[in-house]
Amino acid sequence: MNSFLSTNAELIITLVKIVMLLFIVLTVNAYLTWFERKVVAHMQSRWGPHRVGPHGLLQPLADGVKFLFKEDPTPAGVDKFVYYLAPLLSLALALTSLALIPFGPEPLPWKFFGQPIYLGIAPPDVNVGILALFAITAMGVYGVALAGWSSNSKYPLLGGLRSSAQMISYELALTMSVVGVLLMAGSFNLKKIIEAQAHHPEWGLFGWNIWPQILGFFCFFVAAVAETNRVPFDLPEAESELVAGFHTEYASFKFAMFFIAEYTSMITVSCLCSIMFFGGWLSPFPASWTFTHYLPSAILIPFGLWVIWDGIRYETIFGRILLPGLGTAFAALGAVFVLLPDVNLFIQGPFWLLSKIFVFLFVYVWMRGTLPRFRYDQLMAFGWKLLLPLSIVNVILTSFAILAKMTWWGTK
Amino acid sequence: MVPTNYYVILSAILFGLGVFAFIFKRNIITIFMSIELMLNAVNLAFVAFSQALGKLDGQVFVLFVIVVAAAEAAVGLGIIILIARNRQTLNVERVDLLKL
Amino acid sequence: MTAPLVVFFVLAALAVIGAVSLILQKHPIHSALSLIVVMIALAGLYLLLGAEFVAAVQIIVYGGAIMVLFVFVIMLLNAGIEEHTSISKMAGAPGLLLVVALAGFVAATIARSTDSIQGTSQTGEMSSTLGISSMIFKEFVYPFELTSFLILVAVLGATVLAQREKS
Repeated sequence: MNSFLSTNAELIITLVKIVMLLFIVLTVNAYLTWFERKVVAHMQSRWGPHRVGPHGLLQPLADGVKFLFKEDPTPAGVDKFVYYLAPLLSLALALTSLALIPFGPEPLPWKFFGQPIYLGIAPPDVNVGILALFAITAMGVYGVALAGWSSNSKYPLLGGLRSSAQMISYELALTMSVVGVLLMAGSFNLKKIIEAQAHHPEWGLFGWNIWPQILGFFCFFVAAVAETNRVPFDLPEAESELVAGFHTEYASFKFAMFFIAEYTSMITVSCLCSIMFFGGWLSPFPASWTFTHYLPSAILIPFGLWVIWDGIRYETIFGRILLPGLGTAFAALGAVFVLLPDVNLFIQGPFWLLSKIFVFLFVYVWMRGTLPRFRYDQLMAFGWKLLLPLSIVNVILTSFAILAKMTWWGTK
Repeated sequence: MVPTNYYVILSAILFGLGVFAFIFKRNIITIFMSIELMLNAVNLAFVAFSQALGKLDGQVFVLFVIVVAAAEAAVGLGIIILIARNRQTLNVERVDLLKL
Repeated sequence: MTAPLVVFFVLAALAVIGAVSLILQKHPIHSALSLIVVMIALAGLYLLLGAEFVAAVQIIVYGGAIMVLFVFVIMLLNAGIEEHTSISKMAGAPGLLLVVALAGFVAATIARSTDSIQGTSQTGEMSSTLGISSMIFKEFVYPFELTSFLILVAVLGATVLAQREKS
């Protein structure tokens, strides 16, 4: 048994990480829907889900049960194989792209039979990290196009064609806008991209890629929002225009698969934005300010106490049990970080990365609540006539800047 | 290590299957796809030899082949759309006269 | 049976099954999906050969752009199940024989070559992306510029071809 484990240690670690990441991602997706509904509702001066569990926290659970038990009809005349393949493809690709993202710089302090355990499924020396991510994104067009076509109906076909045309158009701007970051980092490897932003640890957040690459970030973020079919680029799945676009004919569970795929790609885009432009797991404070290492605890403990205080006076009995429990868990986590300095040092990287991902997810939801959507011809014109030339200009400017730096200052 | 022969034999098999699809199928789009299959088989041989000889020229050539295949697919599919519009059929056996 | 050999056989079987499925499927969209499977299998084989940049480009360009173009055209033209006339059935049997002969001849010639090249373990220390990019921009810069011209011509051609008739 021991020899089996030690020869296949890498495989076993990877399998366990895959299962854990799947579980975490699906839970995060579910609570991302809750988060979106609450935030959009509060932006519209209403409450959002607040009946199912305290503050609507059990709403995703109710939604999951609904998706499982709803009837799942298959329309007549569909191409069965392609009809079943499309949501599977979407979901598989969206989940696969999360495997390439590193969540922390250091491996865990324990080794499993001599193999280090990194925070992230792919090993840190995948030399084509970003390129593989774009490859997976490029294949994502098929889920939408095949779903629209196989539904054997007008609105899904139109929605599917429009949506896939939109995704292809913005894919070009997406890949070109990242070239500036790649030129500065000199590698496709995500870990090296973050390390290239850590050249001046005393600069803190002024060493991040966002300052030299503000144009690239703008192009990348807009193109990525268009790729994931989110507002303001969600015409293909808007309710008022095309019934529900390419997923009209898809009922409970298959629709849930598309849904999860969309939110997972949101998470992937947020991860990429944080890693490539905002320093990934680097702290925004200069490295010499070691007192900022207590920031996670400084956020968690008051938050936990506030949740306890709010939960004690909640209306329902279940809320009065659950919310203080949650609050205690948060406060205890914060206390653990204060008391164990090794653990505190270890979680600094993942904490900052997760906070940045959370900020980007909030921006996504914020745009959903505030912006109107583009008309289709405006959308295509924007992608081809504005975004693509802008990203090419960004590449040219970055190349000239690097060349100037190399010739005048003699540094890379 | 996988011997290079295996890769080149696989490339030959795929090329042969591409040729057979080119002869046997009647839909113009499927025939076009068999051309892409043949190009892919050739790419595999290029990359296999590039690894065998330790030079990267094969991989550079594969990139050029992919680019040319993309350009060819774009123009070819444009022509196919036009033919389908004019003749209302995608069967190559019905497009055997210059006269409409 | 080392691990690379097993992976090779799995990917090779996938590629051959995809190619056979391309021939046997009746609807062009299923043939297109089979071809996508072939391309992904080939990308896996390129990864096995250490050509990671080419594998990524294969999936992005071939699988993510060219095949999408094919799928779009099949959807737009509403291509249906293809009919087989008697001529094509007649061409099937001798075609199969000739193709088997062709592939068999090539394969036998290669298999009989005495110096079976094992291949170097790694194409140099630098990653293939760095090597390929330095080759493209130093030795192959002229073909590179020509391909950009070629793509421009293809874009213009496709635009002109897809225009509606101005009546």
